[in-house]
Amino acid sequence: MRTSRIKWHIVVFLAPAMLVYTAVMIFPLFNTLRLALYTEVEQSRVFVGLDNFRTLFGDPQWSGAFWNALWNNCWFFIIHMLVQNPIGILLAAILSHPKLRFAALYRSAIFIPTILSFVIIGFAWKLILSPIWGIAPGMLDAVGLKFLFAPWLGKEEYALTTLALVSVWQFVGIPMMLIYAALLTIPEEVLEAGEIDGITGASAFWKIKLPLILPSIGIISILTFVGNFNAFDLIYTAQGALAGPNFSTDILGTFMYRTFFGFQLQLGDPHMGSAIATAMFGIILIGVCIYLFGIQTRLRRYQF
Amino acid sequence: MSLQKIGAALLATTILATGASAQDVELTIESWRNDDLTLWQDKIIPAFEAANPGIKVTFAPSAPAEYNAVLNSKLDAGSAGDLITCRPFDASLALYDAGHLADLSDLGGMANFSDVAKSAWQTDDGSATFCVPMASVIHGFIYNKDAFAELGLEIPETEAEFFAALDAIKEDGTYIPMAMGTNDQWEAATMGYNNIGPNYWKGEEGRTALIAGEQKLTDEAWVAPYRTLAKWGDYLGDGYEAQTYPDSQNIFTLGRAAIYPAGSWEITGFNAQADFEMGAFKPPVQTAGDECYISDHTDIAMGMNAASPNADAAKTFLDWMGTAEFANIYANALPGFFSLSSHDVPMEDPLAQEFVSWRGECNSTIRSTYQILSRGTPNLENDTWNASAQVIKGEESPEDAGKRLQDGLASWYAPHM
Repeated sequence: MRTSRIKWHIVVFLAPAMLVYTAVMIFPLFNTLRLALYTEVEQSRVFVGLDNFRTLFGDPQWSGAFWNALWNNCWFFIIHMLVQNPIGILLAAILSHPKLRFAALYRSAIFIPTILSFVIIGFAWKLILSPIWGIAPGMLDAVGLKFLFAPWLGKEEYALTTLALVSVWQFVGIPMMLIYAALLTIPEEVLEAGEIDGITGASAFWKIKLPLILPSIGIISILTFVGNFNAFDLIYTAQGALAGPNFSTDILGTFMYRTFFGFQLQLGDPHMGSAIATAMFGIILIGVCIYLFGIQTRLRRYQF
Repeated sequence: MSLQKIGAALLATTILATGASAQDVELTIESWRNDDLTLWQDKIIPAFEAANPGIKVTFAPSAPAEYNAVLNSKLDAGSAGDLITCRPFDASLALYDAGHLADLSDLGGMANFSDVAKSAWQTDDGSATFCVPMASVIHGFIYNKDAFAELGLEIPETEAEFFAALDAIKEDGTYIPMAMGTNDQWEAATMGYNNIGPNYWKGEEGRTALIAGEQKLTDEAWVAPYRTLAKWGDYLGDGYEAQTYPDSQNIFTLGRAAIYPAGSWEITGFNAQADFEMGAFKPPVQTAGDECYISDHTDIAMGMNAASPNADAAKTFLDWMGTAEFANIYANALPGFFSLSSHDVPMEDPLAQEFVSWRGECNSTIRSTYQILSRGTPNLENDTWNASAQVIKGEESPEDAGKRLQDGLASWYAPHM
């Protein structure tokens, strides 16, 4: 039987989620995009088209800060991709080893920082790395490596990398858990079949397990990308809105915050702030599209 | 109308007013100083209400970080209190321009404040004053008296003596010569550049010339303080690059450092924390006998909501804030927040006395970046934070810092273009 009637129950069931999502996500998103096209002149809002973007990319003061923040953001992302995700995969591979004892304990211990608040993480690491009260200099001293210690968070050349590593420490549990789950779904038969063909140990990981978890690694990469380009909290709690030293830890999130809400004597400019937010949205959109159309569609999937 | 009739009318209103105590005028104060809640409730408001029966006052503060945003939305919605605590300069000026703050130029109590005191709450041309100045903070250096006695050091008067003292403390090694970090950046600008700077640019003279466009940030008077700051790096504690403001406060109050570049707002906290005797000295001058200048920064004031239905009562309160009585209560309850009025206010706290005594010896000025100059993008105040921190760390030369700030200012501020 064919029916062209509207299926009302679908609409009814979708409505609450759609309404909430529209009110708190879609509407603000489009309103932000709209706000970027205005500016304030003499207490009233005036439509200026793409002028804010012209300022953002054309004015050397603004564009300098923007490209600096974008590059810092990229570096933040690179560190996560190079450190967090490989370590996450490695930990998952170790954890999934059947002979490992206390696996549950390690799993929880590594995952716990993920659920802590950024404020706690930022503050705790600031104290740990503090040259005055921190335990980092003392610990290095105990093993005779005191000369390696530097006030990392206060040095332009190290601060961003240090914070990226703190963030890696916090979030390494996420790729670990996702990969761990993916590894558990690999059927024993496949591994046993490989074993009969002489593929064991490390080569079993490289030749059988890794290809099978590639889709999960793809998902983790895109989650890392979106998370990193939306990052703000850790930098803000550790270094403040001015993202010191000398803007070396300034990422798009802190740059947007400073512009939108103002800082100290600088009055907030919601319109320029929205322009930056729109640029962030565009960057993330492009990144996700490259992934979805360029990589995701080419990944081979296996069904068991 | 005959005199008797006026008298009768006045008498009638008085009787009516006293008879209708249920219809007391109620005033609400908006403020970000939630730390001062008990001071207002226990001291200031009772004193005012005793002198002005028929007016009831409520102090209703919000969190400092949210104050500006909360106040703006309340004013727009018409639900803000009658009296509004004013931030200095542009934040309040914007409220006045938007018609939210009333013009108080004619208020009698205003006569008790100097022009410098009022400058933070005036239109650019000085034609209208919209808030009654309450308090300022003074910059200088707080030092550990025990440490100075131990090392046989005298209070430095000149810059040469200042660095000689720092050298002596460093040589001895018991104390960190100076407690300051560059992590939070603002200390370098506020307690560094704007603390020692007025001696170079001659206070108000240089500051107003900069605003007028007659001096530039690349001039010797504005670069020289950076040159001095560049020497500070050697005397700060290990890893000062990552040292935060609370770190510096703790290092000093724990007795580990000898000198703390300070603002007078630290007095209350330091009195509670430190168990050694503290003294203060003013920013050293270049050569002995030079005229001295101090940063006596206007920080807090009170204005009136232009839409207040109780304008008369609010004006009575604001007028009272110009009296010696108010100045006395406020300054003594909050040592370190000094009255801006021209009344002679006796204070009990010795450290606060020390700070305020400089007003008699030196010329007062305010922080150079606060009036007008931080209105545009790039923001001069924020850039000064960055430049001061960079110069102390030796990552930017004083000349380059001056040039960068000047270029930034010239990009939007007409008198410098």
